[in-house]
Amino acid sequence: MKIQEKGKTPFLLIIFFLFLLLVGINAGEVSTVLETATRICLSCIGIG
Amino acid sequence: MLRRWIQVIATFLSNSYLLFPFTGNIYQGTLKSFCTPGLNCYSCPAATGACPIGALQNFMATLRPGLQAGYQHFGLYVIGTLGLLGSLAGRMPCGWLCPFGFLQELIYKIPSRKFAIPRVLSYVKYLVLVLFVFLLPFFITDEYGYGITWFCKFICPAGTLEAGIPMLLLKPELQSLIGILFYNKLFIMGFFLVWMVLSSRPFCRTACPLGAIYSLFNKHSVFRMTHDPGKCAHCKTCHQNCPMGVKFYESHNDTDCIRCLKCMNESCKFGAISYQIAGSKESSDQGFKGKAVARGQ
Ligand code: SF4
Ligand code: SF4
Repeated sequence: MKIQEKGKTPFLLIIFFLFLLLVGINAGEVSTVLETATRICLSCIGIG
Repeated sequence: MLRRWIQVIATFLSNSYLLFPFTGNIYQGTLKSFCTPGLNCYSCPAATGACPIGALQNFMATLRPGLQAGYQHFGLYVIGTLGLLGSLAGRMPCGWLCPFGFLQELIYKIPSRKFAIPRVLSYVKYLVLVLFVFLLPFFITDEYGYGITWFCKFICPAGTLEAGIPMLLLKPELQSLIGILFYNKLFIMGFFLVWMVLSSRPFCRTACPLGAIYSLFNKHSVFRMTHDPGKCAHCKTCHQNCPMGVKFYESHNDTDCIRCLKCMNESCKFGAISYQIAGSKESSDQGFKGKAVARGQ
């Protein structure tokens, strides 16, 4: 049995965060993440 | 059972760089441009993705000098990724995809006396998120405007366990740098490891900033839990079996619910618990016992 219920909020949220994601990609943040994640993080290890 | 398999696969996919003993280094390929859905340290020698919390702190810590240099990197790529996941499934990645959540479930299986976690402690994770991930990295800076990754540096037990200890073994030359910082992190890790034996998912419930972010979406995500008060007998079995201590009959999209579906599949005998996807409700007319009988088990 399927019951249809209203609820636009999740879709508005999806559109909003998709927009942020695309703005971030456009600003070149992907390469910043790559750079951060490929360096050994001394803070994570607990020595820096 | 399906969830267990997905947890195993997700843990493996997040940590599938098995060449590290030969290269003596962490994975440095392009997959690290993507954020993992769970908390998984990117300095773990086997990690294949970027920890979103580490990446976020880094954006905050470098925001000021970045702006001065003309870069507008606010971390929207990471916020967008997490917001998208949260809008779709709320805290479901915690229950199904996070390696550190999975580890806690395994450790909790160690036989011992078990203790509940006071509800008030579940608010601490929001403090950790706001202070250690956003405010401190942004506001406390050196003379050049650079902040530090406070959560990674002073708290994260996943980092100590997945990156700290393995990297110190993999690169013995780093051992000379061990100091008070490392012992502090070692203590925090030990504290949580012991607590994981005594209580269910203590880190997720009290301290994880990633869980805190996803939790904000639980009430508004495409995937949501539903409760039928007409069928509920208030037997509280769902609460007793819930790994997050949620009182489902009081708050069925509670911020702590990780959508593991244990209450629906293994606890409620009355069919009062179900879920809906995009508003179309999956009806469960019978409890899990009824379903088992119907399947001939
Ligand atoms: S709360 Fe944090 S550690 Fe726990 S499952 Fe979620 S992301 Fe992983
Ligand atoms: S309320 Fe149910 S689905 Fe949510 S965490 Fe508890 S057992 Fe899992």
